[in-house]
Amino acid sequence: MAKSYDRLEGKPHLTEEWVGKAYTFVCIMFLVITISSMVYFVASKGLSTFLVNGVNVGDLLTGLKWNPEADIPLFGALPFIFGSFSTSILAAIIAAPLGFCAAVFMVEIAPKFGRKYMQPVIELLAGIPSVVYGFVGLSVIVPFFRDTFPGQGIGIAAGAVVLAVMILPTITTIATDALAALPAGLKEGSYALGSTRYQTISRIVLPTTLPAQMTGIVLGIARAFGEALAVQMVIGNAPHIPHSLFESTSTLTSAITLSMGNTSMGSVHNNALWSLALILMLMTFVFVFIIRMLERRSKL
Amino acid sequence: MAEIALSAKNLSVHYGAHGAVRNVSLDFAAKSVTALIGPSGCGKSTFLRSLNRMNDLIPNCKVTGEIWMKDRDINAPGTDVVAIRQKIGMVFQRPNPFHKSIYENIAYGPRYHGVKNKKKLDEIVEESLTRAALWDETKDRLHKSALALSGGQQQRLCIARSIAVKPDMILMDEPASALDPVSTAKIEELISELKREFCIVIVTHNMYQAARVSEKTAFFLTGQVVEYDSTDKMFTDPERAETSDYISGRFG
Ligand SMILES: Nc1ncnc2c1ncn2[C@@H]1O[C@H](COP(=O)(O)OP(=O)(O)OP(=O)(O)O)[C@@H](O)[C@H]1O
Ligand SMILES: [Mg+2]
Repeated sequence: MAKSYDRLEGKPHLTEEWVGKAYTFVCIMFLVITISSMVYFVASKGLSTFLVNGVNVGDLLTGLKWNPEADIPLFGALPFIFGSFSTSILAAIIAAPLGFCAAVFMVEIAPKFGRKYMQPVIELLAGIPSVVYGFVGLSVIVPFFRDTFPGQGIGIAAGAVVLAVMILPTITTIATDALAALPAGLKEGSYALGSTRYQTISRIVLPTTLPAQMTGIVLGIARAFGEALAVQMVIGNAPHIPHSLFESTSTLTSAITLSMGNTSMGSVHNNALWSLALILMLMTFVFVFIIRMLERRSKL
Repeated sequence: MAEIALSAKNLSVHYGAHGAVRNVSLDFAAKSVTALIGPSGCGKSTFLRSLNRMNDLIPNCKVTGEIWMKDRDINAPGTDVVAIRQKIGMVFQRPNPFHKSIYENIAYGPRYHGVKNKKKLDEIVEESLTRAALWDETKDRLHKSALALSGGQQQRLCIARSIAVKPDMILMDEPASALDPVSTAKIEELISELKREFCIVIVTHNMYQAARVSEKTAFFLTGQVVEYDSTDKMFTDPERAETSDYISGRFG
């Protein structure tokens, strides 16, 4: 009895608790400091375009001409913003139905085959390096588009197709989890009223899991939005808003990766690229915010 | 002899190699309530789910035997399962309203079965809810989510939902076991009301419930029917010793 009482008083345990707390605290602080300094760094660099170099924010966001090295430099980033949004949203439009159907197949139609063979293959897609996607896109998709449609083949369509394949695992995995988590009673309830599988999937399964499906789609868009290398390889990198889906254009990411090495730190051009990075980062925050909102809705 | 709504002949159900129901033959009279009782795991739910072919949805479940409805064996291969399930509705142990409005929950079935006219749908919704004794509680919130209803209300909504597709028969698997006594009483009242029109088969663990609502009772034990008779006879003077032991609570 006395012994266990001693243990309660024992210093070593308190020390242990303290060390544990301190350790986790240090880790958290490290994370917080890293993230906030990154945000600070990108923001300060990105904002100095406007504050130090006197570029107008509105001009950057809405300007159509990007020519930072000209005598009168122009910083119109709208073509890049347009390119980023159009490729990633088009990618989601392609990938979302595919991902949902793949998930339905894996959960509802052929669970054994799906879980055993399809899921690992789809997860494998997520692990392929983006340069490989870009390479395949450049040697397969771009020539195909060039031969099939008027234009150069490179452009928004090629970028969107490559991105669609890249975000397919994300969308499929989240859709699969959402379908698997659906209470069995709901589907049975629908079947018991004499509805077919098609009816049950389209009228009960899809609407009930919609918020979760949307989370997957937004996550996919966020990933596509931030992807640089693969897109850069197939999009052509001309700083214009294109007239067709098969014409050279640029995205925020490809504009940054292409020019970052050729500019000197502190120059207007360099700062302008940081502004593009700042736009990317803010958009990521917006996506995270949307996902948070959707998750809260799907819990209700 | 009352009209027979459905008649199972030598029905057996296997999950893989495991036989859950063996050679059960039961007739269910139209416009009456039949109770299925028996200890846990004896195959009541399995049997019930076979009647409207819900077990088709379970991959390794095999149902053999005949189920005669009018003059058709609905367990025969090539039967339109979807049409069968419209004729034989089902209410589950846990209320399972769709994540839609109360109105949409009811309108879901009829709309699928071809009712497009808004006025006609309104009528069906009102009629079904009224007959499920839920209209007064829900008429002012028809377009609100069905998930906001209480458990008992949800279960009555599920009953209303099955009535809405105009079945001949309603199967109920422990419909009140997840509910409080007041809601249970309401469901029982509803069952007594509905049997004027439908053939109802109800699985229950509550002997009093079986005695209160049913005309006939079947006692299941390890996948077989031990005794099937009028509820009065089963509860007062059963033929078999196992039946009287179970009913008086000596096992199960
Ligand atoms: N999906 C299934 N797969 C395999 N075996 C099953 C399945 N469902 C039920 N069984 C088995 O079949 C037998 C009968 O089960 P059933 O659910 O019909 O019993 P029950 O009489 O309804 O029991 P309870 O009163 O507990 O609901 C049990 O042995 C059970 O383990
Ligand atoms: Mg059961």
